[in-house]
Amino acid sequence: MTDNGDATPLVQMEGVNKHYGALHVLKDINLTVSRGEVLVVIGPSGGGKSTLCRTINRLETIDGGTIVFDGRELPAEGKALAALRSEVGMVFQSFNLFAHKTIRENVTLGPTRVRKIAKDQADKRAMELLERVGIASQADKYPAQLSGGQQQRVAIARALAMDPKMILFDEPTSALDPEMVQEVLDVMIGLARDGMTMVVVTHEMGFARRAANRVVFMADGQIVEESTPDEFFTNPSTDRAKDFLSKILTH
Amino acid sequence: MRWSTVDELIEYGPFLAEGFLENIKLSLVGFVVSMVLGTILVIMRVSPTPVLRAAGTIYVNVVRNTPLTLVLAFSALGLSDTLGLAFSDVPRTNSFWVVALGLSAYTAAFVCEALRAGINTVPMGQAEAARAIGLTFMQTLMLIVLPQAFRVVIAPLGSVVIAMIKNTTVATAGGYLADAAANMKEVFDTTGASIPIFLGIVVAFMAVTLPIGFLTGWLARRLAVAR
Ligand SMILES: Nc1ncnc2c1ncn2[C@@H]1O[C@H](COP(=O)(O)OP(=O)(O)OP(=O)(O)O)[C@@H](O)[C@H]1O
Ligand SMILES: [Mg+2]
Repeated sequence: MTDNGDATPLVQMEGVNKHYGALHVLKDINLTVSRGEVLVVIGPSGGGKSTLCRTINRLETIDGGTIVFDGRELPAEGKALAALRSEVGMVFQSFNLFAHKTIRENVTLGPTRVRKIAKDQADKRAMELLERVGIASQADKYPAQLSGGQQQRVAIARALAMDPKMILFDEPTSALDPEMVQEVLDVMIGLARDGMTMVVVTHEMGFARRAANRVVFMADGQIVEESTPDEFFTNPSTDRAKDFLSKILTH
Repeated sequence: MRWSTVDELIEYGPFLAEGFLENIKLSLVGFVVSMVLGTILVIMRVSPTPVLRAAGTIYVNVVRNTPLTLVLAFSALGLSDTLGLAFSDVPRTNSFWVVALGLSAYTAAFVCEALRAGINTVPMGQAEAARAIGLTFMQTLMLIVLPQAFRVVIAPLGSVVIAMIKNTTVATAGGYLADAAANMKEVFDTTGASIPIFLGIVVAFMAVTLPIGFLTGWLARRLAVAR
C-alpha cells in the first residue's frame, strides 16, 4: 500500500533520549522501521513503550538524539509538525474518538479539515473505510453508542482516512473485553497484509506471530532485545525477556 | 415606599418600558461581545505561548476582582473622557457603547473562566487524537475541545448571562442615564418611592431571566456529550 519500492527506512531513530524530570524514560534508543514493516514493541509496564511510540509523531518531545521520518527530521512545531502528524496515523488504547461527532464525522474530519478534500468525496471514502472495518451500518451513531471493539475499528478507519505512511498502535486491544480483541486484531492483520507500515505496542502474541516482521523488547527505557517473533517467543536471548515472557505466559 | 399608586405604574409605564428596552439592548450587545471576548481569553489562557497565557490570566484576575461600577466608571472616565475614545458624536449613543463594552469586558472574564472549567472536563485524549490526525492547535481547540467544553458549561454560562442582564442596571455608573433603573429613580424623584413601579421592573427582568435559566438547563441536558 505505502511501499513504493523506496529502500530508505521510513523511521530512523538515533541516540534518542527522553526524561520526565529525573526519570530517564528513553535511553539512547536506536531504531529503524522499514517501509512496509510491522514492528511489535513488547515489554513490562513503565518500560517506555508508549513514550517511544509517541515520540514518532512528536506527541512527546525528545531531549536528545534525532528522529528522521521519510527522509526528514521531525519538525519542531507549527504547520510543518501538523503536516507530519497527518502522515502518521495513531490508534490509542482508549480509542479517543471525538465524543461530540458521529462515527462518519470522526472519519471525515481529518480529510476535510487537514487535506481540504470536498465533503461528499470524504463521505464516500469514509463509508468505504467503515465498510472495510465492518462498521458502515453505524455511521450515524455517536461513539458512546458503540462497543469498545467497534470504537477501536472506527479509530483505525479514522487513521486510514488520512492515507498515512504508517500507523502507530499503542496497546490497541488492552482496554477491550476479551471477546472483542480478535475483531480488532483481524483488521490490523489485514492492514499488515496490505503492506501498511506499523509500529504496534501489544502483548498479543498471536498478532505478533502472525503479522509482525520484528519484535522489539523494551524495559527500563532501553531496547533490550530485537528479533523475529518466532525467535523471541520460543528462544529469547536475555534473562530480562525470559522473565517477562514467563510472566505473561502464565497469565 | 407606598402601595397606593398603581395608577402611577400605568402613567409612567411607557417611560419605564423605554428604559427597560435599553437594558435589553445592553444585554444583547453584552451577550455577543462577551462570548466572543471570553472565547478569545480562554484560548489565550490555554495557549502554548507563555506571553498570551500570562496576559489572559492577568486580565481575568484583574477584571473579575474589580467591582463592575468601577469598570464602567473607568470605561467612561478613563477611556472615553481622558483618552478621547469616542464611539459616536451623540453623547447618549457614545455612553451606550461605553457601558455596553465595559459590561462586555467585565462579563468576558466570567465567560472565560466558565469555559476554562469546561475545557478541564474534556479528556486529554480528545486533543491528542485531534493533533494526531494533523489538526493545528487552533483547529483542535475550535473543532474538538471548545465544542465539548461549551456543552458542559451551558448551565453555568446561563448564570453568567443572567448576572450580566441584571448588571445592566448599573449603567448609570458609566454615564448612561437611560435604562430602567435610571428612569425608575427619575420617577421616584417626582412621585416618591412606589412599590408597584418597583415590582413592575422586577417582573420585567424576571420575564427575561427566568426563561434563560430554564432554556439553558434544558439545552445542557439535550446537548450533553455521552462518553
Ligand atoms: N507525562 C508523564 N509525566 C511523568 N512521567 C511519565 C509521563 N508519562 C509517562 N511517564 C513515566 O515514564 C515511564 C514510561 O512510561 P510509558 O507510558 O512510556 O511506559 P509503557 O511501557 O508504555 O508502560 P505501560 O505498559 O504501563 O503502558 C513510566 O515510569 C511512567 O510513569
Ligand atoms: Mg503504555
